[in-house]
Amino acid sequence: MTSIGTGYDLSASTYSPDGRIFQVEYANKAVENSGTAIGLKVRDGVVLAVEKLVHSKLLVPGANRRIQTVDRHIGMATAGLPADGRTVASRARDEASSFRDFYRSPPTLATIADRLGHFVQMYTLYSSVRPFGLSTILGAVDKDGPALYVIEPSGVFFGYHGAAVGKGRQLAKTELEKLKLTELTAREAVIEAARIIYLVHEDAKEKEFELEMSWIGPETNGQHVAVPKDLFDEAETKAREALTSGLE
Amino acid sequence: MDHFPLNWGRPRNDAVDLYGTFPIAQRPTNVPKDAFSAGIQHTQQPIVTGTSVLAIKFKDGIMMAADNLASYGSLARFRDIQRLHAVGEHTVIGAGGDMSDFQYIQSILDEIMTDEFAAGDGHTLGPAEVHNYLSELMYARRSKMNPLWNSLLVGGFKDGKRFLAFVDLLGTTYSASTLATGYGAHIAQPLLRRAVEGREDTLEEEEARKILEQSMQVLFYRDARSIDQYQIATITAAGVHISESRKLETSWGFAEGIRGYGAQTQ
Repeated sequence: MTSIGTGYDLSASTYSPDGRIFQVEYANKAVENSGTAIGLKVRDGVVLAVEKLVHSKLLVPGANRRIQTVDRHIGMATAGLPADGRTVASRARDEASSFRDFYRSPPTLATIADRLGHFVQMYTLYSSVRPFGLSTILGAVDKDGPALYVIEPSGVFFGYHGAAVGKGRQLAKTELEKLKLTELTAREAVIEAARIIYLVHEDAKEKEFELEMSWIGPETNGQHVAVPKDLFDEAETKAREALTSGLE
Repeated sequence: MDHFPLNWGRPRNDAVDLYGTFPIAQRPTNVPKDAFSAGIQHTQQPIVTGTSVLAIKFKDGIMMAADNLASYGSLARFRDIQRLHAVGEHTVIGAGGDMSDFQYIQSILDEIMTDEFAAGDGHTLGPAEVHNYLSELMYARRSKMNPLWNSLLVGGFKDGKRFLAFVDLLGTTYSASTLATGYGAHIAQPLLRRAVEGREDTLEEEEARKILEQSMQVLFYRDARSIDQYQIATITAAGVHISESRKLETSWGFAEGIRGYGAQTQ
């Protein structure tokens, strides 16, 4: 990067002469180093999946989860710094809880994404803080049906049909585009999500990883829960099969 | 705002500061002292109230009943109020006393259950935890001289175990195989004890329902703050089920023979 050493990257509160904020761009780099996370908004639900890279064999399986629950009907998957992910999740829960307290109804994902977007953006304004090294995929089934949003380190957020963040996002996006997301059921989407995570992991030739998947759909009673073991195992098996048949 | 006109524009208070040595603005007697808006208000009495809640243990779990009335004094003001509330998958609470306080308790418990769900650690709160939380809450509020004016029954089934306990506005707790709040503690409790005690592990669901039905019927005859619409909650290993509102069968023929007051002349 030609910008290094110019002094414009020392603080999130300083623009470069061509109008960029380097600290935010570095935060995006932190996201790119992380295992892939994807989200699928389908006909009757939402599926989140994460390729959690396991940096040590000594870790307890299932430790350092990257899919978290925000409210009964809202889940989030993060790519980037795991600790930042927990901070944002904690804030998201507070927002959801305060929304319920204030309006006596479950929040829509649009409002939560909006509030979190503002929260993340606040960390791009001051020299005293560091922007979140985090891209967040938010998924929910609310009163308007399934919803999927991505918040980036700059604080921008967009709604998507399918989303991918982290190391393998390019390939994952290509795979997502091949799917007819609006026609899939949540159950079918779980199979596809597992396949895509296995595919992008194989492509990157990374170390060990753990697959994490959660969903919200008719089978979960509208709640954000981990994919049940039988379906999870089926999806994982099929993902491995797809991989070996693809390589031949 | 000082709502007492006699305080307005007074230079000083002779009773406290005869020679006016304090600047007016800083004089303690010139700050609002007994203004309505500045006063701290505590619950002194319940306003819209529910009457008895009954609960018994039976073979497969806990069964609870409460009628659908919320009275405003002696007026049968709201006749379609649900006084049984499911807390998570394993617990039901039933409330007598102030219904607005009960709604507040419901919102607190719902928030806690949502927080626990979001933690996603594989643990859920059961009836014992809910009851203990409520006892701490009720005792803390009574210690602030501002109680939540309810008597609550907490019933549940979790990990193969039944749970049934009571907590009231003072934070008093106790547990038994039959419980009743309010008027029911006087009228229905002896009936429930006779029907249930010693048979907790053999009582079938159908018979348990019949026992509660009969007790609700007696209460409707005797309790002037009750109504003939009621609901029954069943908590078993299968989870929580709160019935639709149902109507008590009553017959008032015997009233013809009552003498001594009312419209008859002899």
